Amino acid sequence: MPPRVNVEKCDGCKAEKEPLCEQICPGDLMTLNRETNKAYCRSPRDCWDCMSCVKICPQGALETRLPYQLGYYRARLIPLMGTNKITWTCVDIHGQAERFVVKVRNE
Amino acid sequence: MAAKLPTSLEEVPEVILETDLLIIGAGNAGCFAAIEAKKLNPKLKVTLIEKAHIDRSGCLAAGMDAFNAYIKKGRTVEEFVRWSRSQAGGLIREDLTLSLAEVLNQPVEEWERWGLPIDYEEEGDEYHTRGKWDITIKGSEMKVILAEKVREHGCEVLNRVVATNYLMDGDRVVGAMGFGVRDGKFYAIKAKATIVSTGGAAGIYKPYNADGIDSHHQLWYCPFNVGTGYAMGIRAGAEMTTFEMRWCATRTKDYNGPIDTISVGYKTPMINAKGEKILEERYAHLGGDAAPRFIRANLPMEEWLAGRGPCYVDTRGMSPEQVRDMKIDYLNERPSFVLFLAARGQDVSKEPIEIYGSDPYIVGGHTASGYWVDIKRSTTLPGLFAAGDVAGGCPNKFVSGCAAEGMLAARGALEFIEKRPHPVTIDMTQIAGEKARVFAPAIRQVTDGDGIIPKEMEERMQRLMDEYAGGVHQFFRMNREGLEYALKHLRILKDQTRYLIARDLHELMEAHEVIDRLDVAEVLIHHLMFREETRWPGWQTRTDFPERNDERFDCFVNSRRDPATGEIQVFTRPYEQIVPGDRYQP
Repeated sequence: MPPRVNVEKCDGCKAEKEPLCEQICPGDLMTLNRETNKAYCRSPRDCWDCMSCVKICPQGALETRLPYQLGYYRARLIPLMGTNKITWTCVDIHGQAERFVVKVRNE
Repeated sequence: MAAKLPTSLEEVPEVILETDLLIIGAGNAGCFAAIEAKKLNPKLKVTLIEKAHIDRSGCLAAGMDAFNAYIKKGRTVEEFVRWSRSQAGGLIREDLTLSLAEVLNQPVEEWERWGLPIDYEEEGDEYHTRGKWDITIKGSEMKVILAEKVREHGCEVLNRVVATNYLMDGDRVVGAMGFGVRDGKFYAIKAKATIVSTGGAAGIYKPYNADGIDSHHQLWYCPFNVGTGYAMGIRAGAEMTTFEMRWCATRTKDYNGPIDTISVGYKTPMINAKGEKILEERYAHLGGDAAPRFIRANLPMEEWLAGRGPCYVDTRGMSPEQVRDMKIDYLNERPSFVLFLAARGQDVSKEPIEIYGSDPYIVGGHTASGYWVDIKRSTTLPGLFAAGDVAGGCPNKFVSGCAAEGMLAARGALEFIEKRPHPVTIDMTQIAGEKARVFAPAIRQVTDGDGIIPKEMEERMQRLMDEYAGGVHQFFRMNREGLEYALKHLRILKDQTRYLIARDLHELMEAHEVIDRLDVAEVLIHHLMFREETRWPGWQTRTDFPERNDERFDCFVNSRRDPATGEIQVFTRPYEQIVPGDRYQP
């Protein structure tokens, strides 16, 4: 299931030749709608949920959602990228939140 | 922003490049090959072509939570060979495995120096261990770290270039051709030596969770690895080995994610619907919890068939700290599994995690499928070396082993270049022919406008393979008649590839992905038909030959497609035992 694009937050990475999500997606799935100048996923069925686009988006405009066939509405998993760590926030369908801080690079 | 699709071949710009060493696929193995080549000879020109972006391409896009192959203090390379041999049902290339084991730890320690966090035991200076050969890591950004090092070493990286075929000079590989999925250009890159490291093949079979929308790529293995490296070798007449040792695994049900993280990492037993500890109670004679991997893969399927499904890993004994640690492991490898648990509202300390078989993959990093190579990782095509999931004969490499094999392939390729340092020559008609083949679906869209879109053909192929060649819906079981049926229709599909149409460059890539998968599937069927026994239940279950037949099949099954006729010859190569002992015991 592809990331949902928050069109309020997405600015199409104006300064870039291609938006960062398009640059990074291993499946060549994220691209830019030339009319609206917002990113979208060209083939939702083909996303691997690797979250590379979510991690790289400078606006925090992307959110990975599971296919509904696999899990119920509406759980959330939000990574916040730091210099050497990622802070993950996960909210389950009952509204219970968990936070994980993971060091992903040695100093 | 992708370029427009060409409307005629004349419109397609050609980019002809030259390099010393060409590496196809900038995943884990390819990156380590590139860095090793530069370390050995900083003057060497090293070029990597990558269909995606090197920072997040291949199996490590989302990261990894462990290195499953690391020789810990006090263990020997012979022990590793014995373990790998037993896990693979007694059939590995021991020479390859020994040479790999000797350098296995190098990439791990290198990665740590580069900044990858590896867990340590609380006491002393040992890495934290998970299983016999596993150490745990915080690897979510490990590919980004690795890509930085490739650039630092001065390698040339061409992102978004899809390889389609090798450049040949007689039977020698002298580079590769492909197209830019963003710039729409046709590429021909001449090289003194070439390393193929494109990964294995996902998407040959239909995944069981491919619903009408959204979850077609809910796979354990990277869905963007489609077997292109195998297909290019098959088309060029390289010898292939052991495709019939498919990788089907026990994975988390529905999500289709990793399971060793839980079962090995937290010692949670696999149980059936009746609460029986399956490995302990039903497979004690095969080693119980240490049973070979194919037994573990087959286990939930057998239980379902016997009416004892669903099956689970019993996480109900886990402490809150362990559950938290397990979620962190997943965040480092498949983060959306944590989202999956949240979307089920599942507290795993009260409700166990369900397991099921995966769709079958062809991956030489886990099983032994791939190019038949020598100790230097040279394929049977001079000038072409293979590393990682594409290289056969040496299973249980996993991430660290594929990286180490990249290093070995680079050493082999450099030796080859030293012996043949002169520039390569190519016949330009090859380039014109390949360019026409590559852009045919785009041209057809313009000239005809009617045909088959790649997704249709992909789904037809996947259903065919699933139902007639031992997919997950058939509980991995197959027989001769079904395989023959699959082969008949695969040949029709292969013939119909000339009707493929592509409406943009992304779809052109998809067209070649399905063409490549069909070539892999055809060879796979030949291998499955040839091995008239059941050596690895689950990976290779022949209902018409349910027993192991050592007299006929205690050997490698290899194949070669004749580039001139397209005919596939299947033959055997003898097993060579180097490390003494019972091959079926660790």
